[in-house]
Amino acid sequence: MIPSRLPRRAGVGFKPEHFADILSAPEPIGFFEVHAENYMGAGGPPHAQLGKLREDHALSIHGVGLSIGSMQPLDRDHLARLKVLCDRYQPESFSEHLAWSTHDSVFLNDLLPLPYTEETLTHVVEHVDQVQDVLKRQMLLENPATYLLFEESTIEETVFLAEIARRTGCGLLLDVNNVFVAATNHNLDARDYIARFPLEVVREIHLSGHSETVDDLGAALLIDSHDTPVKDPVWALYETVIGRIGPVASLVEWDNDVPAWPVLRDEAMAAQRILDAAARQRAA
Amino acid sequence: MSAATQTAFAAGLFAATPPPAGLTAWNSRAPERRYGVYRNNVSASLTGALSSRFPVAERIVGLEFFRAMAQAFVLLHPPRSPLLLAYGDDFPDFVAAFEPARDIAYLPDVMRLEVARGRAYHAADAAPLDPQALAAVDPARLGDLVFTPHPALSIFSSPHPAVSIWAMNAGERPLTPLECWDGEDALVVRPQMIVEVTPLPPGGAIFHRLLAVGETLGLAAEAAMAAEERFDLSTNLAVLLRSGAFTAIREENPDEHRHHA
Ligand SMILES: [Fe+2]
Repeated sequence: MIPSRLPRRAGVGFKPEHFADILSAPEPIGFFEVHAENYMGAGGPPHAQLGKLREDHALSIHGVGLSIGSMQPLDRDHLARLKVLCDRYQPESFSEHLAWSTHDSVFLNDLLPLPYTEETLTHVVEHVDQVQDVLKRQMLLENPATYLLFEESTIEETVFLAEIARRTGCGLLLDVNNVFVAATNHNLDARDYIARFPLEVVREIHLSGHSETVDDLGAALLIDSHDTPVKDPVWALYETVIGRIGPVASLVEWDNDVPAWPVLRDEAMAAQRILDAAARQRAA
Repeated sequence: MSAATQTAFAAGLFAATPPPAGLTAWNSRAPERRYGVYRNNVSASLTGALSSRFPVAERIVGLEFFRAMAQAFVLLHPPRSPLLLAYGDDFPDFVAAFEPARDIAYLPDVMRLEVARGRAYHAADAAPLDPQALAAVDPARLGDLVFTPHPALSIFSSPHPAVSIWAMNAGERPLTPLECWDGEDALVVRPQMIVEVTPLPPGGAIFHRLLAVGETLGLAAEAAMAAEERFDLSTNLAVLLRSGAFTAIREENPDEHRHHA
């Protein structure tokens, strides 16, 4: 099994509109991450761009459609497509979500939440095993941004993720924005969540923006919208994590209302400064 | 228990009913707006996927109308694969039968052109035929030539001026009142990285279609001439060579030919 091995630097979610800027003024970007499903056509500009980027950069392939949290079997055709993509680009890392998006063969195109029980744990573990068997690589599983809870849940999310990693050998992708969003939505302290998270198996971090609304009772409800700069409390949470575990691959995701390249690059540079400070502190 | 939870969660996403049982929140056991976030994400992301595949149709009918049409389509034809690159191939057929869009007779064909362009965008890469390739062929053998179509090639035909309407709304041509409402044909090609829509002269659609299925140049030209008296071979050959619609030529049964010679 090929281990996930992204450089311990700041990376950026690749958007085609930035391609020309990235090529014309090469900057030290630690790695690029792409959504797997956007590169499943046979050819054309998506592959031409990704092939070019891959020449000079580390790559993370991030799936958004495998539905690992489904109680139904994984889509074998889709898994085969992921295999083709990973074989073609040999990414440093492949990751997916603790969520489901397909039900009865209907693809719902959203990362939907699941109850955390012994039964769902067994299913997710089987699915992660299956993915790693087919891809012959270690995968990373990402913690979700959730808006509600299930009455039947009996296991804490952090324990659930730790147990998946322990049983399958997968790594975890810690999305600190998701932590902040979910903690706020469930009236919990994000720092407590981090304290309970199995940080030793984190191989990548996600940073992104969120938007704010309220629930039926007027309580804060944060939406994982990926359409703004990373917010201050999320940066603070990130610094806490990096302070504890040292530099780790850190990705800035910005998927909607995508800004001009320099804005996104500066976000990544801000993450890089935090990584550099942590590295210096460790060396001292 | 959890399989049932997931089934109920999925079923409620497309229904205007209260959220399924078994959901909760720290402050409420009926988290309607919280569940609504998922409903909204699903609806917005799927109609958004259609918007990005049909930008010209959206421009023609306007954002609000397009969204209503897309929502109606998503309800009846949700995607059956996480591969959204191909989602909506049958949206034009749905629109053709969609009562509120009935007055815009050309709309489904404009959308079919957008489907063809999307397919060409993601098709396998291949180098187009050298425009000089025919110059090297013995003129007596031209009629025996067989062409290999580019993987991105499709031949588009409409009884409406759908190519012009598409071009004007895609910003490829200035918006001007249409003087001629005759049908139009075009090649949809992607010789390099840019998808191109090349309008075809009279008889060009039949001619290129026959070549694309492997008929000889002689047979394709004869059939096009028989079907359309305005068909002009040299004009069509110029389009063929310039467009990048084909990748290779070979002579049909060259051995047999030599045998007869
Ligand atoms: Fe994320």
